[in-house]
Amino acid sequence: MSNDAATGTPALDAPEQEPPAHGLGASLSPADARAKTEGTFPYAADLWAEGLLWAAILRSPHPHARIVSVDTAAAAEMPGVRAVITHEDVPGDSAYGRTVVDRPVFASDVVRHHGEAIAAVAADHPDTARLAAAAIAVEYEVLEPVTDPEKAFAAEPLHPDGNLIRHIPLSYGDPEITGEVVVEGLYRIGRQDPAPIGAEAGLAVPRPDGGVEIYTASTDPHTDRDLAAACFGLDPERVKVVVTGVPGATGDREDPGFQIPLGLLALRTGCPVKLAATREESFLGHAHRHPTLLRYRHHADTEGRLVKVEAQILLDAGAYADASSESLAAAVAFACGPYVVPHAFIEGWAVRTNNPPSGHVRGEGAMQVCAAYEGQMDKLAAKLGLEPAEVRLRNILATGDILPTGQTVTCPAPVAELLGAVRDFPLPALPKDTPEAAWLLPGGPEGAGEPGAVRRGVGYALGMVHMLGAEGADEVSTATVKVQDGVATVICAAVETGQGFTTLARQIVQETLGIEEVHVASVDTDQPPAGPAAHGRHTWVSGGAVERAAKMVRTQLLQPLAHKFGMSTELLQITDGKITSYDGVLSTTVTEAMDGKELWATAQCRPHPTEPLDASGQGDAFVGLAFCAIRAVVDVDIELGSIRVVEMAVAQDVGRILNPAQLATRIEAGVTQGIGTALTENLRTNKGLVRRPDLTGYALPTSLDAPDIRIVKLVEERDVVAPFGAKPASAAPVVTSPAAVASAVRAATGRPISRLPIRPQAAVAVPNA
Amino acid sequence: MTTHAPQTAQSVTLPATLDEAVAALTEMPAAVPVAGGTDLMAAVNKGQLRPAGLVGLGRISELRGWHYQDGHALLGAGLTHARMGRPDFAALIPALAASARAAGPPQIRNAGTLGGNIATAAPTGDSLPVLAALEADLVVAGPGGARREIPISHLLAGREMLEPAELIGFVRVPLLHAPQVFLKATGRTGPGRATASVTVVLDPARRGVRCAVGAIAPMPLRPLEAERWIGSLIDWDGARGLAQEALAAFGEYVAAACIPDPAPPADGGEAPPVSPAVQHLRRTVAALARRALGRALS
Repeated sequence: MSNDAATGTPALDAPEQEPPAHGLGASLSPADARAKTEGTFPYAADLWAEGLLWAAILRSPHPHARIVSVDTAAAAEMPGVRAVITHEDVPGDSAYGRTVVDRPVFASDVVRHHGEAIAAVAADHPDTARLAAAAIAVEYEVLEPVTDPEKAFAAEPLHPDGNLIRHIPLSYGDPEITGEVVVEGLYRIGRQDPAPIGAEAGLAVPRPDGGVEIYTASTDPHTDRDLAAACFGLDPERVKVVVTGVPGATGDREDPGFQIPLGLLALRTGCPVKLAATREESFLGHAHRHPTLLRYRHHADTEGRLVKVEAQILLDAGAYADASSESLAAAVAFACGPYVVPHAFIEGWAVRTNNPPSGHVRGEGAMQVCAAYEGQMDKLAAKLGLEPAEVRLRNILATGDILPTGQTVTCPAPVAELLGAVRDFPLPALPKDTPEAAWLLPGGPEGAGEPGAVRRGVGYALGMVHMLGAEGADEVSTATVKVQDGVATVICAAVETGQGFTTLARQIVQETLGIEEVHVASVDTDQPPAGPAAHGRHTWVSGGAVERAAKMVRTQLLQPLAHKFGMSTELLQITDGKITSYDGVLSTTVTEAMDGKELWATAQCRPHPTEPLDASGQGDAFVGLAFCAIRAVVDVDIELGSIRVVEMAVAQDVGRILNPAQLATRIEAGVTQGIGTALTENLRTNKGLVRRPDLTGYALPTSLDAPDIRIVKLVEERDVVAPFGAKPASAAPVVTSPAAVASAVRAATGRPISRLPIRPQAAVAVPNA
Repeated sequence: MTTHAPQTAQSVTLPATLDEAVAALTEMPAAVPVAGGTDLMAAVNKGQLRPAGLVGLGRISELRGWHYQDGHALLGAGLTHARMGRPDFAALIPALAASARAAGPPQIRNAGTLGGNIATAAPTGDSLPVLAALEADLVVAGPGGARREIPISHLLAGREMLEPAELIGFVRVPLLHAPQVFLKATGRTGPGRATASVTVVLDPARRGVRCAVGAIAPMPLRPLEAERWIGSLIDWDGARGLAQEALAAFGEYVAAACIPDPAPPADGGEAPPVSPAVQHLRRTVAALARRALGRALS
C-alpha cells in the first residue's frame, strides 16, 4: 500500500498545515474500527434469540427445469422440523423485484437458474433444517438451459415477460460519417462475484401484533421492507428491518430473496428464525456483475481524433431483471468513455438467460465498457503509431463537452489533469538493481517465475462513472440531528456498508455544530428512508441531509443569543464547545447556551431531478459524474502467462477531500477489487451450473496480489451541486483499474487482451504460442 | 438478544501416542482422525461431514518431528508445512521444503500437516509430487502395534489402501544430498492451488534424475522415459550442466509424456485437435520442467 496513505496524507502535494483533528478534512477513524479489527463486533451471523429456529433453503440443482411436483411430507414429518414452506405458503405477492416484479419468492412451475429457491424449512437445529430441506422430494423435468446471451433473442421465452429486459439504441450524430482510420474489437467481461467477507445471515423475530422484525445486513432497508411486506401480505408498518453490522458490501446485500423466506418462517412458526448462508449458498443466491459481450468500431482521423464510435453491448442479466436496466443505461451512456465523440451509435441489450443472476455490483455497466473503449484506444494508438497516453489526450473530455446521451457535462471534469498526473509520475524501479532474492516475480514468492522470461508493461486507462441513481430515480434522504448535554446524535437510515458514512456524518456535525462528541444511531425502518447504499449516494444525499439538519440545530441554538446581542447567527461561531462572536466580545459555552434544552431538527436532501433516456438513448440521465485515471505497471512471465501488477498510479477527481485516510482506503479497496476483475475473479459456469462456488475456486486478490497503490493526485475541484462539493470516490477506481491492467498486459506481451479476467494463455508471448 | 450460541457436545479423544490413537480408532470405528483440520474442518463447516467423533492427533509428539534411519529421514506425519518450510529442514529435503512454503497462506501452513496432505490426496496437494519424485514410503500404524510400509505411489493410485483404524505414522524419504527443485504455477501471485507443478530431484549416487508432475491428473505423474533419457545425458562426475536445447527438449518430453495427444479414433481418421487450454497446460508443464531442471543443474 502507499506510504502516503499510512501517514494520512493521500496526495503527494501534502497540505501545508496539519490536518484538523475533527470536522471535515480530518482523518477520523470509524467508531467501530477497534471492535471490527479485534473480531468482537457482532454481525447478523452472531445474533441469537431464546428459542430460535434455524432456517434452510432448498435450492434448485438445475439451471432450467420444469417442476413437476414438490412433496414436503417427508421433510415435515422429521423430528425437530417446525415448518416447511413453498410457493403455496406465500400469503401476499408471489413475486418481487426492485424495478420489475419478475422474481418469484419460491419457484412454482419453472426454475430459471442454478440455486433458485424452491422451499424453506425451519427446524430446531441447523443440521436438521438442512437435512429436512434435502428430504423435500422435487420432481424436475430438466429443460435445455439458455446460457449464451446471443441466443436468448431467438430462444423460447424463459419468463412470461420475454427474454429482452431492455434495449437502448443510442443514436447521436450522423450515421453515415466515417473516419480514415478504423479499429474494431470484440471484448468479453466475466462474471465477478461481490464475494462479501461475511456470507448472508439474518434473524427474523415475530411481533405480538402479527408483524415481523428482520435483523440483517440490508443495504437498502426501506425498499427491502416494502418488498418483503408485499409478499407477507402485511402493511409495511408491521414489518421492520433492523440493520445489523454490514460485513462489507460492494453490491446489494441480504436482498429480499434471503429476507422473505426468513420472515415467512418466523410468521408461520411464531418463533425467531435464523438463517446463516454457507459460502456456496451465498455464491449461488446473490447477484453478480453482468457478464458482457461488447463489439466496437472506432473511427478516427489520421491525427487520432475520434470521428465516430459504433458499439453493440450485450449484458447477460441471468434469469431476472433486478438492476439490469440501470446497468445497461450506464453501459450505453458511458460506452465512449471520457472522450469527445462527435458521432456515436451505441446499441445495448440486457437479456435473460439461465446463468446466475446479475445485479448491482459497484461500477456496474461503466466498468465493462471501460475495459472495451480503453482497449479500442490502445488499438487506435498502435495503428497510428502514437503513444497510448497521447491518443487519449487528443480526445479528452472536459467540462462543457457533450456526452453521447446529449447531456452536457456541467460538473468539474478535470480528466486531462488526471491523465497528465499519472503519466508524469516517476515509473517504479526495475528489480534489476535489487538482490535477486528480493524480487517478487509473477507467480509469487515461492513461484516459478524466471527473471529472463519476465517483461514489464505500462498501460493507461481513463474511467467515468455516474453518481447517485440515474434516469429519474428519486434520490431523497432524510436525517435528524439531536443535541442534548453537549452530545450530538445523528439519526439517519443510511447504511454504513464500509463506505464510511457514519464517520462522515460525525465529521459533518462536528464541523457544523462545533461539538466533538457525535454518535450515529443504528439503522432501522422506523426511521425515515435514506435510500440504498449505492452509487456513492450517502456521501452526497445523506451527508447533505445531515448537514442541513445540523445547520437547523445550529440556528435554534444560536438564535436566542443572536437576538439577545442584536446580531445575526452568522456572526457567531462554535468551536470546541464554545460560542464566540465575530469580535470576540461574546463568549459562552454550548452547554450554557443549551440551558438543559434538547434541540432536534430533521431535514431532507434531494438533488436536482434527472430524466430517463428516451427511445434514441438521449436525456439528462445523471446527476453527477466522477472521473479517474490510472497508470498500471505489470510484470508478465511471457512463457507461463502469469501476471503481477507492480504498481497502480491513481489520479482521481474527488471534488473535495472530506476524510483523507478514509478516501485513501476507498481508492485502494477499489483498485484491489479491479485487479480481481482483471486477473482472477470469474464465477465460471458449465451449461448454467456454477462450477466451484467456493473461495478456493473463486480466487480473490490477496495481499501479495495487491500492488503498490500510489495516489498521485486528488483533484479538488468542488462540484457546486454536491453538498460540500465532494464526489463519492469508491466506484471510479473499480471501473478504471481492470482496463488499466489489461492495457499494461497488452504493452508487455503485444497480445490483444480482449477478455477479462485475463487468462494466462492470453498473456503468453512466445513464438509458437 | 445475545450473541452466544451454545455448542453441541462431541466425542473427542486426544491420544498421546500413535498406538493410543490407533486403539481409539479401533474402539470407535466411526471416529475420524484429525490433525491440522485444514481440509476436514472445511468439510464440517460446509455441512458435508458430521463425524460422530474425532481423534485428535495434535498431542502425539512423536509425529511432530523427524529422525534418521539408514540414509533416510523418517518424517512424522504431524509435521506442519510451516515446520517443513524452515531452513534446517530445507537443507535436508529442499524440494519438500519448497512445496511446504508454497502450500498456502501462513494460517494453513501453520496447521496443515504432511500426513494430512497425503491422506486428503487432493490432485493439487503440493507435497505429493515431491514425495512421488523422492519415491517415499509411508509407515502405517495398525492395531496391536503393527507397522507396515506402503510406497506413496501405491497409496495414491489406490493399489494399496489404508485399512480401518490404520494411521499414517511416518514418511520415509531418502536423503539424496543433491539439488532438488519444486516449481508451481498458480493463477495469482498470492497463495493458490497449483494449475501444474513440477518436482525435479537429482540422485547422483544412482546417476538418475527423477521428475514428477502434480495437479494435472488425479495423482502425480512420473515421466520415466524422459527421466532416463536426461539422466543419460548428464556428466555425473563432471560439471553436470546441460545445454539450453537439452533442457528445453526435456521440458517438451515431460509435457508430451504427461499430457499426450488424444488418440485418433479407432475407425481411423484425424485425432481431435488439442484445445487451447490443454495446449497452455502442456506449455506450462514444459516451461516448469525446463526451469526446474535448469535450476537443479546450475
